[in-house]
Amino acid sequence: MRSLGLDVLFKGKNFLRLLGGLWVAVRISLISVVISIALGLVMGMLMTGKNRVLKAVFRVYLEIVRIMPQMVLLFVVYFGTTRVFGWDLSPEASAIAVFSFWGTAEMGDLVRGALIGIPRIQYESAEALGMTTAQVYLQVILPQAVRRLIPLSINLITRMIKTTSLVMMIGMVEVLKVAQQIIEANRKASPNAAFGLFAVVLLMYFAICWPISRLASYLEKRWA
Amino acid sequence: MDFEAIRSYLPLYWDALGLTVRIGWQGVALALALGVLCAVTLHLRLPVLRRLVAGYIELFRNTPLLVQLFFLYFALPKIGLRMSPAVCGVLGLGLLCGAYMAETIRSGLESIPPIQTESAQSLGMTRMQVFCHVILPQAVSRSVPGLVANVIFLLKETSVFSTVSLMDLMFTAKDLIGMYAKTMECLTLLVVFYLIMLLPVSVLGSLLERRLRHAEFGP
Repeated sequence: MRSLGLDVLFKGKNFLRLLGGLWVAVRISLISVVISIALGLVMGMLMTGKNRVLKAVFRVYLEIVRIMPQMVLLFVVYFGTTRVFGWDLSPEASAIAVFSFWGTAEMGDLVRGALIGIPRIQYESAEALGMTTAQVYLQVILPQAVRRLIPLSINLITRMIKTTSLVMMIGMVEVLKVAQQIIEANRKASPNAAFGLFAVVLLMYFAICWPISRLASYLEKRWA
Repeated sequence: MDFEAIRSYLPLYWDALGLTVRIGWQGVALALALGVLCAVTLHLRLPVLRRLVAGYIELFRNTPLLVQLFFLYFALPKIGLRMSPAVCGVLGLGLLCGAYMAETIRSGLESIPPIQTESAQSLGMTRMQVFCHVILPQAVSRSVPGLVANVIFLLKETSVFSTVSLMDLMFTAKDLIGMYAKTMECLTLLVVFYLIMLLPVSVLGSLLERRLRHAEFGP
């Protein structure tokens, strides 16, 4: 196995550097997921409301997110908006902005679905008891909706983590970029390192995403 | 906006769109074929194959396409498997989305109540007939919304092909920005061309969904 790059993997601090790169990816996705969940809850509630204009705006927003590849959004934010508005965005800030923009739409749609799934009678009974709209949502509807939402939002986390592999395209050094750097640095000594390193990166992503998606499907079955 | 520049870039973008669509649809075809095969394997509980298929689905659903493509394009040649960028693209897309398709079709198959199988059997149909004439048609029509979502997802994912030097839309935009630094024009064209590619798919998809729901539940 010497020739396939496993020696390079444990040379010096290489493995730690890879883990560091992985942490960058996980950090970005966790921050984006937290923002998406918060904004998505609000958006989902507004989408089930009665305001027509707001609904239309959200429909267009959802459709944009559904159609535009995240990579295009990253380019537009990182290269486009910095050019047009002249501000200075770090790659990390652009990535978080794009992933939150995307995640909010996804989450909003999930929340809408979960809220619609709650029978009307729940709303009506709560109102008949004299609860205000805020009380109805906070104490009756949301606690029931959250149960259906948790598995779905856990799935969103794995999708975020997988999508963060794109941030190397706007110049962030995450795990895939680190692997490339290590391969370049050892081009002479270990020309076949690409195999070992990319295989390890693939397995690293799998090792993170697989348990999370197992947890999601377990919860989904259990709470269904 | 420099419209002169936009006009001169247009042919390049149309070429790139052609390539993206071509590879995209080959990927979709491969993914659908793989998805149906895998879903049927899981549904019929074929002994050893079932394990293999489940492993494949988990592996490809839980890793990003970008990393899979890097593995196919940069790592496999080191053990003697060399493929052209286009083959890598189709294979990567097909394998990734095949896993998603399989999951969608499998849940469609599982949603058909057992009484359908039992009734068909009591009419004297063979196991194969039951599957092909009763279960599969219903399962396909139930899976359509998921399948359409998968196709859109797959066509979106083509944007990572630029990393294995396929001249797709993303590659063209990056290349032109690098050469002429007309960032605004190139990015606007990029967005417009992705809309041209995906908006029809999205609209057709929802029409198809409505039609099928009509077929299932009546007017």
